[in-house]
This record gives sequence, structure tokens and C-alpha cells, in this order.
Amino acid sequence: MRGICKIVGSFLFLLTTLFVNARTINVGKSRALKSIQSAVNISENGDTILVDPGLYKEGGIIIQKSIVLKGINYPVIDGELKHEILFIKGKNIIIDGFRLQNTGRSELKEIGAIMIYDSYQISAINNIVDNANFGITLQNSKKCTVKNNSITAYGKSEVQSGNGIHCWKSDSLLIIGNKIAGHRDGIYFEFVTNSLVWRNISRKNVRYGIHFMFSNHDTYIGNIFEENESGVAVMYTKFIYMYNNYFLNNWGGAAYGILLKDITDSEISGNVFTRNTSALHMEACSRINLYKNSFTNNGFAIKIQASCDNNDFTQNNFKGNTFDIGTNGSLVLNTFNGNYWDKYEGYDLNHDNVGDVPYHPVSMYSMIIESNPAALMLFRSLIVSLLDKSEKLLPGITPENLKDERPLMRPLRL
Amino acid sequence: MNPDKMKKLLKYVVADIIQNKIVLVYTALLLIISLSVFNLENSAAKGLLSLLNIILILVPLICIIFSTIYMYNSAEFIELLVSQPLKRRTIWLSLFCGLATSLSIAYFIGVGIPILIYHADATGFIMIITGLFLTVVFVSIALLSASLTRDKAKGIGLSISFWLYFSLIFDALVLFLLFQFQDYPLENIMVALSFLNPIGLSRVQILLQMDISALMGYTGAIFRDFFGNSAGIILSYVGLTAWVIVPLLISLRKFKSKDL
Repeated sequence: MRGICKIVGSFLFLLTTLFVNARTINVGKSRALKSIQSAVNISENGDTILVDPGLYKEGGIIIQKSIVLKGINYPVIDGELKHEILFIKGKNIIIDGFRLQNTGRSELKEIGAIMIYDSYQISAINNIVDNANFGITLQNSKKCTVKNNSITAYGKSEVQSGNGIHCWKSDSLLIIGNKIAGHRDGIYFEFVTNSLVWRNISRKNVRYGIHFMFSNHDTYIGNIFEENESGVAVMYTKFIYMYNNYFLNNWGGAAYGILLKDITDSEISGNVFTRNTSALHMEACSRINLYKNSFTNNGFAIKIQASCDNNDFTQNNFKGNTFDIGTNGSLVLNTFNGNYWDKYEGYDLNHDNVGDVPYHPVSMYSMIIESNPAALMLFRSLIVSLLDKSEKLLPGITPENLKDERPLMRPLRL
Repeated sequence: MNPDKMKKLLKYVVADIIQNKIVLVYTALLLIISLSVFNLENSAAKGLLSLLNIILILVPLICIIFSTIYMYNSAEFIELLVSQPLKRRTIWLSLFCGLATSLSIAYFIGVGIPILIYHADATGFIMIITGLFLTVVFVSIALLSASLTRDKAKGIGLSISFWLYFSLIFDALVLFLLFQFQDYPLENIMVALSFLNPIGLSRVQILLQMDISALMGYTGAIFRDFFGNSAGIILSYVGLTAWVIVPLLISLRKFKSKDL
């Protein structure tokens, strides 16, 4: 809600400034002004520049005034594989409805379709960014909105491609409803705080669907991260809130539905993890509440390293996973109570939907595979089932304390 | 080999097996197990998992023991047939085909149809196909052990040992090997080893359907590269076919030169 209020607020603010000295400047092939840069040069704060449909081969348009740059029917601005396209430094600027394509490439500096530096209240809305190195970048900016953009690249390797939405050292950003595909990282945050990432779709990126570091107090709601080469990785951050996101079909030896490294004091709830090689991988995480998530048909639902502590897993559904939980040590400082595990074989005498014997979600064979991956070949054979059963009766290898004391008999409706 | 004679003989064998009622009981047993597995479990996928153990353990066991006992019990019938103007090859192959057909039909009714009803996807189809292969493979192995010795008790013992070896001991040996040579890259050897066990070969096929996400990990990728592409799949079914043909040919050779 706070996010929506912010958008509405910023719009109202812009409207009032427009009414003071609103002027509309038209740009087009049949108009007096043929290039966007020339229109920007003669504009003043509060003006609106309307751009007719057509192809504009202008790279490096610099905007430093508080204007609205609006495209009619998606005019194309082409960087001709040489330049960055829009360079923005200012406040109260709106970029709306353009097709930005073919930016330059560089391995030394970041070249993007929309570059926002040291700015305040910038909005990039309804743009189509195609074949850009970086899509939209924000640096050292505040209260910016990136909304309903479609950002597509055709990256082949991690080195040669840039990020879809790249944010560095910013605050109070709204990243909403964007579709990102084929970049290095779909969304990249570094030192970005108090921001909202809502309803974005990030798929088939060369590296991560979303990647953030040192970005505290951010909220991620209803995003879809699908088929990214390495899934999603987030690191070194406190106070993150992830609700109702989807992590789907991230396959590969180093692909994770989501990898959490050094994440603390956070909440992860209502997320759906389906068909990932490892759905949730946790390293050195503390005080995370994970509840009401559903883990379905993953290789490993959760891989939790012994370096994690005080994390609480409750009311999650585990269904059809090859392994529920994998770990690398016998030390367990996390709790796993009140979840539904489809592999649970206990009973419930008093019919309160809570199993009467604890469930041990770590199977012995998952520990064996951890140390000897080739042994996966024998999985589901009789000898392995017998070993697993005997281990369940007399835990020797698996951590005895890693158990669910109150496993649910029926899956939760999530 | 005369196809008409073989057809006639096949009819006799199948009729005899059905009169025997054990195959009917086997069918009913499979059907009850499959239906209850699908109805008792919360999800059809979990039911499929329980069925996996039945296919990999129970089906081979029953096929091999029933076929062995049947071969010994029909010793007199075989003697009678040999006295007729029939080739031994025809007799032996008819017996094999009769057993394989009736047990395959039993399997298809008992397990195949419930799978088609409750879980008719790629995994289900692979389970049906590999189960049928296992049925035929173990009939073939049963014929081999029946041809190796005249003594019924020894023959059944041999059959059970074969079953035990393929379903348990072989995998245990492989596991032992894996741990002894943990420091070496064993992936390719594992692929080769899996061809030495028909149950293992079937299991890998089903595994590739069922646990695909887990198999996408590092070593999984190697198995998937081999078994996951069409050449590997064809090769593993060629392997299973070899497991039908080779024991059958050996037993046929034994039977041809056997003093009855």
C-alpha cells in the first residue's frame, strides 16, 4: 500500500508542477523539431515533450530538466550499438512509452538504455528496451519508479551482457511489473534500501533472476523468477521481506531456486518453489522466519548449511521433492516444526492433524550423495531404501536433532 | 520352426497357465495393491513412488519363481512334447512365450491399467514399459535356471539367488565400490555398471522421469547426458532386450542338448 501511495503522491506532485507553466513540445519527422535532444534543449522545467512515432537515431540524449518525455505509439530510439540512449540527472522526470534499442557494448563501463544518476523522483514507465547492454540503471538516486517496462536482451555469456534493472546505492525505489529476459542478472541491487520489488517477471537470464547485496529493508512481492541459468542469489543483507514469489524450473548443478547467503532478520513467506534442482539454499543465515511456503517437485527442497542458526521453518508444505532437507553437519540450530511432509509415515492417534512421532526430514542417502554424488545412481533401489529405513530407526549419520516435532498429517492449503 | 505348431502350443501353454489360477491371483494381487496405493496416498505421484518398489521388487520375484516352478511342474508335459514331431526349439520358445505373455498380461491388467487411470503421463508410461520388460527378463532368467539343473529345489534356489543378486546384492556391491573408490571419477563406470543389472537399468529410466530436478545436479548431468537423450534411451532398452535374449539363448542351447 505504501508503494501505491508513493506513486499516486509523486504523480499529484508532478501534475501540480505541470499546471503552473505547462507547455507541450512536439517532436517528429513532420514537426519543426526533428530530434529529441533539440526539444530537450529548449524545454523548461514542467514541460511535456511528445514524440511522434518513428525511428530516432540519437544516442546519448541528456536530460537534466524536470520534464515529461512521452512517446506516442512507441517511437524507437536507436543507439546503433554505439551509445547509451537516455542519460538522466535531475528530479521529477518521466520517461514514458519508448522503444529503446541497440545500446553500445562495453566491458569497462556500464552502457544502458536509460541511465539515471544522482536523481530524485524519476519514473521510467511503459518502455520497451530491446537488445541493450544494461537495461535501466539507477545510481545514487532516490524515490524512483521503474514500472511496466519490458526489457529483453540476448546475452550469451555472463561477461558480455549487463543487468536488466541495475540499481546501485539508491533508496526508496519502486520496481513494479517489469518483464526482464536474457540479461545477466534480471534485477541487480547493491546498496539499495527501503525499496519495493513487486510483480516483476524475470526469466531466462544468463545468471540470476534477481541478485542483491547489502540492500537492507527491501520487500519483494509476487515476482516470478523462472528458468534463470543460476536461479536467484541474494547476499549480505538484513531485513528483507519476500512474500508470494515464484521460483520455478531453475535447473543445474549450481542453480538454486534461491540462494541465501548471510541474510539475517528476514521473513520469507507464501513463496512457491517448483522443480528446482535446489529450491532453497542457505548459508550463514540467521533469524529468518520461513512460513507458508510450498516446496514441490524439487531435487532438494532445502539445503541448509550448519552455519545457519535461529531460522524457523513452520507451516510449509513439502511435496514430491526428491530430498526434503540436505545439510552438511550434525549441528542444528534451526527449528522445523509444524510443517507438512509428504514423506512422513507416522500416525495421529488423537486426530488433531498433528503426527504423534517426530519426522526426520534428512534422509541418510542425501548425506551420502552430498559426499559421493555418483551414488545418486542407486537412488530408490532396495538396498538404499533398507539403509534409509535402518537409519531412521537408529540415526547414526543424519543429525538427530534436525526433526519436526509436530509434523502435519494433511497438507496446508496454501 | 513351424509357426502354426508354435501357435497351437502357445495356446496350450497359456490355457494351462490360466487354469493354474496362480496367475489370476497374481493379477488380482497387483490390481489390489495398485488401486489401494493410488487411493490411500494423498497424491497420485506418491502412489507412483510406492508402485515403483512393487515393480522393481515384487514383479521380478513373482515372475522368476512362478516361471521356474511352472517349468519344473511341466517336466512331464515337456517330455510328452519332445516325443512328438516337434523341434525342441519350438517347444522351448513356446513355453517362454506362453509364460511371458500371460505374466505380461497379468502385469498390464494389475499395474498398467491403474497407472493409466490415475497417472497417465510420461513417468507412468515408462513405469509400464519397464515393468513389462522386467517381467519378460525374469521369465527368461527363470528358464535359464530351470535349464541349468534337474533338481526342482536347486532350480528354485537358483532363481531366488538370481533375484536376490539383481535386486539387492548387485547394488550393495556397487555401493561398496563407490565408497572404496570415492576419490576417482566413477560416473562413466557407473553408467556402464548399470547395464549389468536389468533392475538397475529399469530403475534409472524411471528415476530420470521422476527425479529429474535432482538429477540436474553435477553428477546427475552426466547420467542425464547419457540416459536422457534418445540414443541413451534406445541403448538402455537394447540393454534390457539383451537381458531377455541372452539368458533365453543360453537356456535354449542347454535344453537342446539336454538328456530328459
